[in-house]
Amino acid sequence: MELTGAEIVVKCLQAEGVEYVFGYPGGAVLFIYDELFKQDKVKHILVRHEQGATHAADGYSRSSDKVGVALVTSGPGVTNAVTGIATAYMDSIPMVIITGQVPTHAIGLDAFQECDTVGITRPCVKHNFLVKDVKDLALTVKKAFYLAKTGRPGPVLVDIPKDVTSAKCPFEYPETVVMRSYNPVVKGHPGQIKKAVQLLAEAKRPMVYTGGGVILSGAAKQLAKLVKMLGFPCTNTLMGLGGYPATDPLFLGMLGMHGTYEANMAMQNCDVLLAVGARFDDRVIGNPQHFAQVQRKIIHIDIDPSSISKRVKVDVPIVGNVSDVLEELMRQLEAAGYKPDQKALSAWWSQIGLWKSKDCLKYDKKSKIIKPQFVLERLYEITRGEAFVTSDVGQHQMWAAQFYKFDKPRRWINSGGLGTMGFGLPAAMGVQFANPGATVACVTGEASIQMCIQELSTCKQYRLPIKIVNLNNKYMGMVRQWQQFFHGNRYSESYMDALPDFVKLAESYGHRGILVENPADVESALREAFKRKDELVFLDFITDQTENVYPMVQGGKGLTEMILAEEL
Amino acid sequence: MRHIISIVLENEPGALSRVAGLFSARGYNIETLTVAPTEDASLSRMTIVTSGSDDVVEQITKQLNKLVEVVKVVDLSEAAHIERELMLIKVRATGKEREEMKRMSDIFRGRIIDVTESTYTIELTGTGAKLDAFIQAIEPSAILETVRTGASGIARGERILKV
Repeated sequence: MELTGAEIVVKCLQAEGVEYVFGYPGGAVLFIYDELFKQDKVKHILVRHEQGATHAADGYSRSSDKVGVALVTSGPGVTNAVTGIATAYMDSIPMVIITGQVPTHAIGLDAFQECDTVGITRPCVKHNFLVKDVKDLALTVKKAFYLAKTGRPGPVLVDIPKDVTSAKCPFEYPETVVMRSYNPVVKGHPGQIKKAVQLLAEAKRPMVYTGGGVILSGAAKQLAKLVKMLGFPCTNTLMGLGGYPATDPLFLGMLGMHGTYEANMAMQNCDVLLAVGARFDDRVIGNPQHFAQVQRKIIHIDIDPSSISKRVKVDVPIVGNVSDVLEELMRQLEAAGYKPDQKALSAWWSQIGLWKSKDCLKYDKKSKIIKPQFVLERLYEITRGEAFVTSDVGQHQMWAAQFYKFDKPRRWINSGGLGTMGFGLPAAMGVQFANPGATVACVTGEASIQMCIQELSTCKQYRLPIKIVNLNNKYMGMVRQWQQFFHGNRYSESYMDALPDFVKLAESYGHRGILVENPADVESALREAFKRKDELVFLDFITDQTENVYPMVQGGKGLTEMILAEEL
Repeated sequence: MRHIISIVLENEPGALSRVAGLFSARGYNIETLTVAPTEDASLSRMTIVTSGSDDVVEQITKQLNKLVEVVKVVDLSEAAHIERELMLIKVRATGKEREEMKRMSDIFRGRIIDVTESTYTIELTGTGAKLDAFIQAIEPSAILETVRTGASGIARGERILKV
C-alpha cells in the first residue's frame, strides 16, 4: 500500500516509540499535522515559540533516556528553533528535529518562509538531511534516530519539503540501519585499560573527574562502584552532577569556575587523574598552561576521540562508551588484585580535609535580605533532594549546582555548554512529560525567565505543575558580578528595569504566584508551593542584589587562582 | 607544518560544505582543496592541503573522522607519497617572447594546448613548488591568466586508501 510522506513521518515516529512531539504548526508542515490529527499514539505538545519546542524536547531527553522530538515549520520556525538545537548540540543531547521546507520546485527561489535549513543548522547538529524524494524518507528518519542516540549523541535534523509530505510511495520501516561511514567505537581498548589500571594502582594523590558522558551513557552505577572500590576523591562537572552521589563522603562537589575550593585544589594537585566522559573545557580547568604546571598522569575515557587531547594532553586515552569501559576497568582492577596505597591515600585525604575546612560555600545566614543560597538550601530540604531541577543561566544556575545535592543522574537539567538563557521553563515542561507525577522545579532569575515566559501558557494548557523558583535580584546577576569584579562597578545595561509583577503575570496565565520578600517566609512559601501537586506555582523571591557566586576563577586564570568570599 | 590530507567521503550533496564548514568554524587553514568522484560513483575523494602544529592536525583528522559522511581519513604526509597539481596558464606570446615561452614550457615539461597569434595556453603538472617555479621563471607581465587545481595526493608503494 502506498502512503503519503506525511503518513510515513507519523508511522516512523510511531515505530520509534515516540510518545511526545513538541512543535508548532505552519504552512510547510500542514500535511504532517493533518496526519498527527488522525491518530493518537504520538501526542503533540503545542508550545508557544519554536525555541520552547526544542528546549522541551531536550529536557524530555535529558530527564529520561529517550530521544526528544521537535517538529517545526520552514523559515522562521527553523530559525527560532536554532537556539534550542545548538543548546542540545553543545551538551550532546539526542534529539530529532523535523522541519518543514518549501516544495522542492521552490527551493532556492526565495520562496515565502524559505530558508536554507540544512545550511543554517549544519554547524549545530550532529548531522542533518534534506529529503528530496519520498522514497528516501523512511530510511532517513531511521538514520536520524540511529545517529541521534548512538556514539556521542546529538541533535539530528530532517528537513522535508512540503511536496515530499504529499507524494506517495510504498512504506516499510527499516529494522536496522548500517552506514559504512559511521561506526562509533563502544568497547575500550583492553591494552589501554591495562595501562590505566597500572597508573591507578601507583597513584599517591588520585582524583576522579567526571562529566556529562557518565550520565549520557547511563554509567552512574558503574562509576559509583568504581570510586568506592578505589576510595578516591571524585568531582563532577556542571554537566556531570548526579553522575556521582553528591551526599557521598568521597564527593568533593563541582569543580571549575564556580567549583568548590577542595575540588579545584585536588584537581590541580593530583598525581593521577581519571577523567570520565568530560572534556577539560575552559570553564572546568581554566587556563590550560596553568593546569599543565603540575605534573600528573591523565587517563581519559571518552566516546569521542576529538575530545581527547583537545585542550589538555593526556597520557592514556581510552576511546569507548563510558559504561562499557568502566566495567572492563573494574574487571581488570579486580583481576589484578588491586589494593590502594592506603598510607598515601590517607595523607591525600587529610590534605583534602584541610582544603574542605575553608568552607568555601559559606554565606551570611543571618541576613535580613533573602540570600539566594538560602532559598536553594531550603529547596533541597523541602524536596528531600528528589526533585528534577532545571535551571536557566547565570548566578542562580551556579547556586543551584552548588547547593542542590544531586544523588541521581538525569535530575539536574541545565544548559552547560551553550549557556542558553530561556532554557529552564521549556526544559521543565519536557521533564514533566517524561516524568509525570515527579516534582519538577525550575530555578531561574528574573532576566532568564522572561526569555521564554510565553511557555507559561503551554504549562496551563497541559496542566504541568512545575514550581518556578525565581531568584529576583533585579539584575542580570552574573553580568553584574563580572562588571563589579572586572569593569570597575560600571553596571552597563545589567539592571532589569520595568520588571513585571510576576505574581500577577503568573495569575494572568491561570497559575498561582507567590511573592516572598523576607527570609522568614522562604520555607513556608516553598512548602506551600510544593504541597500543590496539580498546580504551577511561580515563586518570586526578592533576593540580595549584591550577592556574588563564590568561589570564582576568573576567565583565563588558573584553576587554583580562586576568588573566595572572605577575600573581598 | 604543511600536511596533505586525503579523505574518502560519501558522494552526497552537502558533503563538501560540511568539510569546508568544519575548517572555517574551527579556524583551520585550507591551502588547497580538490574533490571529485572516484571509480565508485557513490564515493568522492578529497585532498586538502593544510598547515598547523601537530596538535592542530591531530584535531583536524579527528574532527574530519567525526563527520557522518566521511568514510576514511589519511594524513598522506605521515609517509612517502606523491602529489600533483595541474595548472593552465595563458601567457602573452608575441615577437621574440613567443620562442622563449615555447622553450620555457618545454623545460618544465609543459604542453601548449591552445594557440592564438598573441597567446599560448600551457598545461603544466607537478608539485605545487614546480608550478610556482614556472611562474617565477617567466616574465610576470607576460602572465595573462592562471588557473590551478590544487594538489591531489596518493601514497607511494602498495599502501592504498580504499573503502
